Amino acid sequence: MAYLDLSALQKSFGANQVVKSFDLGVAKGEFVSLLGPSGCGKTTVLRMVAGFETPTHGAIKIDGQDVTHLRPNQRNIGMVFQAYALFPNLTVAQNVGFGLKIAGVSAKEIIARVAEMLALIGLPEMGARYPFQLSGGQQQRVALARALAPRPRVLLLDEPLSALDAKIRVSLRAEIRDIQRKLGITTIFVTHDQEEALSMSDRVVVMNGGRAEQVGAPFEIYNHPKTRFVAQFVGTLNTLDAIVTNPAGGEVTVQGQPLRLPQAISAQAGATVGLALRPEVVHLEADADQISRGDFALPARIAAVQFLGAVIRVKAETAAGAISLDLFNRPDAPPPPLGAEVALRFRGQDVIVLA
Amino acid sequence: MKRILSWAAIAVGVVYFFLPLVGMLEFSLKMRRGEYSLDAYRSVMGDPQFQATFGYSVVMACLTIVFGVLVVVPTVFWVRLKLPRLRPFMEFITLLPLVIPPIVIVFGYIRLFNTSSWLPLTGTTLGTDFLLMCGYAVLALPYMYRAVDTGLAAIDLRTLTEAAQSLGAGWITVLAKVILPNVLVAVLSGAFLTFAIVIGEYVFAALLDRPAFGPYLVWAGGNKAYEPAALAVMTFALTWACMMLIQLATKFSKHTRMPR
Ligand SMILES: Nc1ncnc2c1ncn2[C@@H]1O[C@H](COP(=O)(O)OP(=O)(O)O)[C@@H](O)[C@H]1O
Ligand SMILES: [Mg+2]
Repeated sequence: MAYLDLSALQKSFGANQVVKSFDLGVAKGEFVSLLGPSGCGKTTVLRMVAGFETPTHGAIKIDGQDVTHLRPNQRNIGMVFQAYALFPNLTVAQNVGFGLKIAGVSAKEIIARVAEMLALIGLPEMGARYPFQLSGGQQQRVALARALAPRPRVLLLDEPLSALDAKIRVSLRAEIRDIQRKLGITTIFVTHDQEEALSMSDRVVVMNGGRAEQVGAPFEIYNHPKTRFVAQFVGTLNTLDAIVTNPAGGEVTVQGQPLRLPQAISAQAGATVGLALRPEVVHLEADADQISRGDFALPARIAAVQFLGAVIRVKAETAAGAISLDLFNRPDAPPPPLGAEVALRFRGQDVIVLA
Repeated sequence: MKRILSWAAIAVGVVYFFLPLVGMLEFSLKMRRGEYSLDAYRSVMGDPQFQATFGYSVVMACLTIVFGVLVVVPTVFWVRLKLPRLRPFMEFITLLPLVIPPIVIVFGYIRLFNTSSWLPLTGTTLGTDFLLMCGYAVLALPYMYRAVDTGLAAIDLRTLTEAAQSLGAGWITVLAKVILPNVLVAVLSGAFLTFAIVIGEYVFAALLDRPAFGPYLVWAGGNKAYEPAALAVMTFALTWACMMLIQLATKFSKHTRMPR
């Protein structure tokens, strides 16, 4: 059985059912993200785990213990909030030691533990400061240390990086993940930022409308989305219409050209299905003459070029609609000029069939 | 022209406000014939009745402050956290003491708690003192409520509470360690206002027949010549000191307020 076990969780506010039968098992030491658009119920799930909301239905177990109706202060769960929520009247050290003091830990041990935590978050000299004297990133690290100091069983983070500048946000991702690994603490991380979820997590739960649409490793979620929603919410996506010619053999035509998909299609011959392509699996052939007959290639015209540094994002117009693709930057290969006639190529096995 | 007019308005205001004060101050210094002296003040200070009533009122003010804080802070906290829909109702309730004359309130008390009632508070001195303190707390409620409410509005009440709870704090700890310290300035300004109100209060104390400072002031006004002026000056000074302490507390707190 999973260390943290959520089974058939439901939550309604009045007539509004916000969480609809949510199941999740988190292994000890695992880092799981809840990813989904605003309002899909991520925070509500987290607050039920923390004990701030009581589930309408279902159960929450930690290490085999049913905590569904335990009060928040009896669950031994660490929580980090988007708004930092440091106690403004206490110093950094007092903030970090708050939970230990309540737990009745001796003053000597508190001092040692606080020093250890401040070293862990890389702010060993800041113990005497007040929260208002710290930057946002520092405050959030202190909030993390405060949550971790009493050695909670589970760590919950609700969009902890959303209030921070882009640069700090990215560096804190790695730092949080690092600390989590070091301590081996079971963690649920809530975010609406897919990059955050993919880059930090052991597993990602993609949520939509109060349900988990798909649970899996980031690689799995990104490359093999099970539903149209997951495919569209995670990552950038190009969509094309295709006509099924041989459902069992996974054969379709796109703009009259045959394409073979890696798996059988659950649609009738002659039906139209949606295909999805990640920008990085589409290749650009600058010289249309290079393409030999019989190869799959869509004629296209360059409509926009966005130089992002390591990556160049190109938008090309085809008869099947606009397609975005990513090229790696190479000093010897300047991006194609606007209006250039090119061909787009991709392999049938890189295509995601949208259900 | 406009400037002159506004200066004139200010001058009139200042004269209107300060002239009686200056007159009173001057009069209070004239007890000794032909020269200014502090005799009136000395006489007041030496009066055992002054000492007794003033001491009584100071003690009552402190008790009222403690009682008010213990009632108002948890109530406002709970309403803001769990029952925000009740806030307009709270606003209304806490305004009532400004609308209902104290004489009505105290007659209500006497009717409710007289010796032949179900809770005969007026039967004992201690009970009457308790009733008086409750009355004072009601009089101070509009100010205390608003001060605390403003203080709580300035902090992220819900998240701070939840952060403390997730760290193991129960409700008492949340209130004592997280909420109260962060609204201390607001509570202090409410406390000084309460103090100023209680020290000068007459109706409650007189009708409940307790030896408070207010009734003493009135008695002195009718029976002495120079001392009432001295007393008035002293009361004024005390009230102003309270106001200054509020300002000071607000200023002093600036460096713990966080710019977000
Ligand atoms: N205390 C509450 N009372 C009523 N509705 C709520 C409450 N908390 C959340 N909701 C509603 O539940 C839905 C999901 O909210 P939330 O879990 O915060 O979403 P997310 O964190 O994914 O953005 C929203 O539509 C929100 O309005
Ligand atoms: Mg949320």
